[in-house]
Amino acid sequence: MRTDLHVSGRALAKEDLLRHYRVMRTIREFEERLHLEFATGEIPGFVHLYAGEEAIAAGFCANLRDDDYIASTHRGHGHAIAKGCDVKGMMAEIYGKATGICHGKGGSMHIADLAVGMLGANGIVGGGPPLVCGVGLKARVTGTDQVAVSFTGDGGSNQGTFLESLNLAAVWRLPVVFVVENNGYAESTAPRFHQSGIDVAKRADGFGLPGVVVDGHDFFAVYEAAREAIERARAGGGPSLIECKVLRYYGHFEGDQQSYREPGEVENARATKDCLLLFERSTVNAGIVGEDELRAIDKQVLALIDEAVAEAKQAPDPVPADLLTDVYVSY
Amino acid sequence: MTTLTLAKAINEGLRRAMEDDPKVLIMGEDVGKLGGVFRVTDGLQKDFGELRVIDTPLAESGIVGTAIGLALRGYRPVCEIQFDGFVFPAADQIITQLAKMPLRSLGALKLPVVVRIPCGGGIGAVEHHSESPEAYFTHTAGLRVVACSNPADAYVMIQQAIRCDDPVIFFEPKRRYWEKAEVDTSPEAAAGWPDLHTARVVRPGGDVTVLAYGPMVRTCLEAATAAEEDGRSVEVIDLRSLNPLDTALVTDSVRRTGRCVIVHEAPVYSGFGAELAARITESCFYHLEAPVLRVGGFSTPYPPSKLEEHYLPDLDRVLDAVDRCFAY
Repeated sequence: MRTDLHVSGRALAKEDLLRHYRVMRTIREFEERLHLEFATGEIPGFVHLYAGEEAIAAGFCANLRDDDYIASTHRGHGHAIAKGCDVKGMMAEIYGKATGICHGKGGSMHIADLAVGMLGANGIVGGGPPLVCGVGLKARVTGTDQVAVSFTGDGGSNQGTFLESLNLAAVWRLPVVFVVENNGYAESTAPRFHQSGIDVAKRADGFGLPGVVVDGHDFFAVYEAAREAIERARAGGGPSLIECKVLRYYGHFEGDQQSYREPGEVENARATKDCLLLFERSTVNAGIVGEDELRAIDKQVLALIDEAVAEAKQAPDPVPADLLTDVYVSY
Repeated sequence: MTTLTLAKAINEGLRRAMEDDPKVLIMGEDVGKLGGVFRVTDGLQKDFGELRVIDTPLAESGIVGTAIGLALRGYRPVCEIQFDGFVFPAADQIITQLAKMPLRSLGALKLPVVVRIPCGGGIGAVEHHSESPEAYFTHTAGLRVVACSNPADAYVMIQQAIRCDDPVIFFEPKRRYWEKAEVDTSPEAAAGWPDLHTARVVRPGGDVTVLAYGPMVRTCLEAATAAEEDGRSVEVIDLRSLNPLDTALVTDSVRRTGRCVIVHEAPVYSGFGAELAARITESCFYHLEAPVLRVGGFSTPYPPSKLEEHYLPDLDRVLDAVDRCFAY
């Protein structure tokens, strides 16, 4: 595995590696900061953090073009950042402010920006997979080579919509990739209580599409699997299902007591298989990237997140009249 | 008497129902080990085991469908839908199967399924997590629909819903989960329980009738207290049951007061208030001094937290409607 990592690392140009690192670091800082800020009580509503899963969003979106699409989940900050949503606009959105990316109307769970191909985070598990079938069908019918990717959790993979979508995409040979982020828990419920079969990816067999399992902590493993699936979809080869085994570092939502976890589970993952740690180890050890270059990025990212939070706190709230706009195209 | 939060009152009611009848079981997302995201089923799996308090996959349609199958075979399943918005994936099984199957058997088949739904806003959540979907279900023949508003009722109503041989959609006001009240949990008190499908005058008055249910009952009681200072005597009725409706109690009240204001969180347009207004107009036409007025949410998906205080009916909006009643 380390050899593959090494080879893949070399296959990527230095500026690309730094770009991917920056995406992952941005997601991490964004989430770590939200974890702290949420505890102050200033952030309204529910927040589901993506920390620990960064390599998946980064690995897939690194293989997507600006005119490709993604559909996300309730745990959507990472996908949004990786697809190119404005970080400051996202932070303001999570603070519920008028300057937010959705003018404060979406909040954490409904961030969307169609201009960058982000169809939206989603408050309904399993809400996203059917959407990418439509986007994929459009691409196929009109002959563009766009690809659509849906992210779903292991919990969401038990929804009928997910299984219906696998079938639709396979029958219609759609340029779609289904990503299952198996982060160990459907909310608070461990797989042995909710998931039949060890690998969700095996479900692909039944629908006649390729299904693979990758280590979701390993950027290069995700990147390689994503590249292959997305290239196949783009070339007319149909859909794929990729299951990324991973662990989320925080609760299902902020405030979750996480009584369902094994002792030391998160600490162990952070110390031994953290995606940023693995990425740094393989790229620095290979002599492609300097540690100082990564620290410089860290510093820039930290400054960006500081600014984003400061600006979000200062930003104006939406006004009551905003309640009644945008529900219909015309009135 | 014991002091319980609304969430704990339902928990105690579920516990009592499970003790009384071994055919009662609970299923839903995170209801077992975790005890539910609102802790309504807290401790029940520990005491009744994994076969009676079942953690399910995230598959609402499957949860309700399985409950139907269990009910067909003699069980009394109670499904927890984690948040109001998550009932929409289950709407298929609820509307196409649960509500319809007894009819197919010409009444021979009983489906004693309870679908518990934490509903409404006020906790800073957004769409899918703050909704008031009651009208979809009151519109569906074959379902009984009830909404508790306080701990004492919640304790009783959940047990009555479980004993009911028809499917019951059971709405719980999630922002009132933490409000406390005295609850009589003694077995002797059961003899005095009102029927599940009766409404109740929770504050008598003579000038105007305010109809509410679930989370809005408390809001309306506060409005009635405020209105008293202006010399207006507001009668507040907690409907408790939306289908069937306690038409007699409502009619009696509105005929006395001649005015009626209906309050719910759901959007006014095609909300349950529309049905109430139409019925009251039919049954109280010659007694009405003013049109029946409605106070409710706006025609928009449930808004995010910074706007929800503007969306949710509050004391001022209820009082404004009361004032408008007297303008005729």
